[in-house]
Amino acid sequence: MHGRPRKTLEPADAEALSAKAEKLRSLQSLFLANHHNRIYDKEALEVSAKLLEINPESYTAWNYRKLAVEHCLSRSESNPDSVKSIFDEELKVVESALRQNFKSYGAWHHRKWVLDKGYSSIDNELRLLDRFQKADARNFHAWNYRRFVCALMQRTDEDELNYTEQMIGTNFSNYSAWHNRRPLCISVCRVEANDVDPSGVLLSNLMKRKAEGYFPKEIVLEEEYNHVQNALFTDPDDQSGWFYHLWLIDQTVKSDAPLLVSSWPSPGSTITLDGNKCLHGCGSSPLYCTLLDTGILPVILYFNQAVEGINSSTVTVKSELTINEDLVWKPLSTNKLNTARVWVMYLNLGNVKLQLSKTYPIEISLGHSQGIVSSSGYHYSHPSQISFKLSVQNAYTELPDGKGGKLTLWENKNFQKFEHFQEVDSIISGGQLITGIDHIPTTSNWSAETIDNEINAFRVLLSESDCKIGKLTLARLLTAYDSISSPHAKGMIHAEEILELYADLLKSDPMHSLYYKDERSLVLLQQITSTTESLLQYCYHYRGITETLDGFVCLRLQNLSLSRMGSLENLLWVQMLDLSHNELRSIEGLEAMQLLSRLNLSHNKIGSFTALGPLRLLKSLKVLNISYNEIGSHSIDTARYLCSSPLSHTEEFGWDRFEILNANIDAANIWEAFLIFKSLNLTQLDVTGNAVADENFRSFLVKILPTLKWLDGELP
Amino acid sequence: MGGLVTEKHVRYILSIEKRKDDFMSVVMEHLRMNGAYWGLTTLDLLGKLDTADVNEVVSWIMSCQHESGGFSGNIGHDPHILYTLSAVQVLALFDKIDIIDVDKVTNYIVSLQNEDGSFSGDMWGEVDTRFSYIAISCLSLLHRLDKINVKKAVKYILSCKNMDGGFGCTPGGESHAGQRGINTQTRGGHMEVFCCVGALAITGSLDLVDKDLLGWWLCERQVKSGGLNGRPEKLPDVCYSWWVLSSLIMIDRVHWIDKDKLIKFILDCQDTENGGISDRPDDAVDVFHTYFGVAGLSLLEYPGVKPIDPAYALPVDVVNRIFFGNDKKL
Ligand SMILES: [Zn+2]
Repeated sequence: MHGRPRKTLEPADAEALSAKAEKLRSLQSLFLANHHNRIYDKEALEVSAKLLEINPESYTAWNYRKLAVEHCLSRSESNPDSVKSIFDEELKVVESALRQNFKSYGAWHHRKWVLDKGYSSIDNELRLLDRFQKADARNFHAWNYRRFVCALMQRTDEDELNYTEQMIGTNFSNYSAWHNRRPLCISVCRVEANDVDPSGVLLSNLMKRKAEGYFPKEIVLEEEYNHVQNALFTDPDDQSGWFYHLWLIDQTVKSDAPLLVSSWPSPGSTITLDGNKCLHGCGSSPLYCTLLDTGILPVILYFNQAVEGINSSTVTVKSELTINEDLVWKPLSTNKLNTARVWVMYLNLGNVKLQLSKTYPIEISLGHSQGIVSSSGYHYSHPSQISFKLSVQNAYTELPDGKGGKLTLWENKNFQKFEHFQEVDSIISGGQLITGIDHIPTTSNWSAETIDNEINAFRVLLSESDCKIGKLTLARLLTAYDSISSPHAKGMIHAEEILELYADLLKSDPMHSLYYKDERSLVLLQQITSTTESLLQYCYHYRGITETLDGFVCLRLQNLSLSRMGSLENLLWVQMLDLSHNELRSIEGLEAMQLLSRLNLSHNKIGSFTALGPLRLLKSLKVLNISYNEIGSHSIDTARYLCSSPLSHTEEFGWDRFEILNANIDAANIWEAFLIFKSLNLTQLDVTGNAVADENFRSFLVKILPTLKWLDGELP
Repeated sequence: MGGLVTEKHVRYILSIEKRKDDFMSVVMEHLRMNGAYWGLTTLDLLGKLDTADVNEVVSWIMSCQHESGGFSGNIGHDPHILYTLSAVQVLALFDKIDIIDVDKVTNYIVSLQNEDGSFSGDMWGEVDTRFSYIAISCLSLLHRLDKINVKKAVKYILSCKNMDGGFGCTPGGESHAGQRGINTQTRGGHMEVFCCVGALAITGSLDLVDKDLLGWWLCERQVKSGGLNGRPEKLPDVCYSWWVLSSLIMIDRVHWIDKDKLIKFILDCQDTENGGISDRPDDAVDVFHTYFGVAGLSLLEYPGVKPIDPAYALPVDVVNRIFFGNDKKL
């Protein structure tokens, strides 16, 4: 089915082929008759062997031969010689089948089945492999089989690693001799070496054994950097080394054990509530009342990787507040998994009597007992504490009429820049959140030095050749460098250079331009949130027309060509967010912003309701603007499986509720909108400017959102 | 560049049935069930499923079912999980799933799950992540996913994760270390990546995939001609338009490739005279690549082609009918 030229056959060839077909057909019927009648004599076996030689994919014939082997074994149990010859015959059949098609799953499996029985010698197997791998060095069936054979031979990881190194070594010494004449061959051989240990599994196994004194991780990694650098510098367009290099950077920068990156409330902060338990800022500036209706205060923990096992026994909360119920920690996973990077606990203050002008310290500690585990199995091992204070003041006892029920407007005139940074500094929490929790990367000097060396090496490479992988790797290295040194440095020192590299890549590799745009968005957001000063450039006072509770802070990240979100660990405090006029296709990660109550996503590229999945985890969201997006314009939904639904067995549809709506629309046509909106309590929604937003749909929205006061700026 | 020659592709697919005697047809006889799925799904995507004879297809499918509950690739061959999924998929196309004994098929698949969560393809024990996907997809379409140990199945698939975010067909060493002293991690191809991502999608586990890493590896499969290859430094091939593209869609990273260029590559692989699509321009066409080409165009939102679901590999309206159909209300 692959690589056959498209042409009409010459009559003679056609005839030959049809004769071949005739022969195959009669072999097949003969074989099937034998199979069904359980005939395993010599003649019958010969038929199946012939059939498999022509068509190794005929899986039933392999099954038949296994049955035949079992049949013959039952008759010659006592004679080891005849047993061996039975299996040797099978190996021969496999070999001739593989000569016909060495990609045949059935043939390779039959060979494994035979060897697993343990009657045959495995000495010939590596030699056989050599032969097939010469025909196709990267045949993954053969590599898989090689691993199987090595396992049977009980070769150790060390032996295998030596073997790979030997192969790479041979290639590089060969390289100088063959330099001009055989570049292709070199490339294939190098790729081959990469295929021996495609996933770095051998290596990571060795690293895991460093505790047993095999090798320190640093030395292993350094050697690997040299190997892959050689490959990249020899032929930067050869992708084999690309992915390995990225993996090495990851191994260098990332800690195995999970770390707490940030939290809300942040350590040392003071949360001020008014007499009505309305949430205020951390200083004098008022914050919008988030979950005031229910008196719920979210506590957010943000880790550097997904973890599980956050519960009342692994995380203890000390407070003189009598909080009656069990504290429940919830993973913020749009897939409804019990593992997530961000966890939230809702402190219910609704039934707690708080004294005026009193401060209530709350202490959250984690890591004192085991149980918090990353998805790769590493334990959280940094005992740490987050202390913050709750205080109750009477400053805003007078609640605005119909709290939060005023129309929120997103026009420029409703926003005012801060004149004094101090005004808002306390809200984003004295810079604490910006640098995160103080114990992050206790990265060794070694990591920083290694990344620095690599940066220098790639600057050299780029001075010699203007290659894409050089630019991309340099951008990644600089980003990695800034992220491991950020607690000590002010801001992101290489941001401008990284952004320039991505701008360059966008132009030179237009096929992947949106990849670079996404990467650029992440860097830009990292830069914006890297210091309080830069973040404050984007913070505004909001002043609604009739808003009595005005003056709260809106983060306005408009017109930045953002195509995705990032750096959310620095934005947990945000209650009002304007992301309009960007190029957002996804809001992955936004579920971390548990305080968010007003969100403007208008004029973006959101393509489906399922892309809004993260919003379902935002309990306090009241105002949402998704006008002028692309919802309803796409036949393929790229977030279909990222949003929990019956399709992925992560959520029941909720037929009861759907039936009550009496929407006159088939569930099959509206399930996405139904799943998204059924769990939201919006008071204001803008959907105009999306293909989906016709009259029918609007009336559906009104039914499913009984709390709605404005739909597209009008009374529903 | 010309457009999609829909009529000719439909005629090509219908003609395959009549050419039972040419060599390729005989070679592929044992996987006729797959062929039926490829051909009929293509017809449905092109809006021409009504040209097929429902009763004939359905009664042939039923005559491929065995006592074990599994289906074979053709009458007289042995049952295998590969063909069991195809049989269920074709029945789903025709909205005829209710004619099979669902529990019997379920029992067959359940019996193939191994202690470590993996699945064998049939009673002979070949293990592969492809079979994990097939088991999960098939049981999900039958509303019987709860009959297997999903947690273990997912754990097994995750144990096959590669450094580049992709997946192999059997796992890395740790799980085997005890018995064998060396890992048997294997490198998978394009198909394995799709099967693993698809299985994780259907079980709601995509959060466990590093989408950015896998997405970058997948988007770098696009070569200058616009086509996608299966591994670095390999030639592009129309069938990867399905394997790679569907994976990219499931993890929401499909915008990282140039869709227009890929559309052009697929259209260039059409036989505009006799219909059908081949692996590369000017190669011989076959039903397999015709299906993957049309399915790829569907994923690329090509006008006139019905949308296909990236995880279940069935038209979106078929999948929506199964999960949100009116008969689900009760
Ligand atoms: Zn192909």
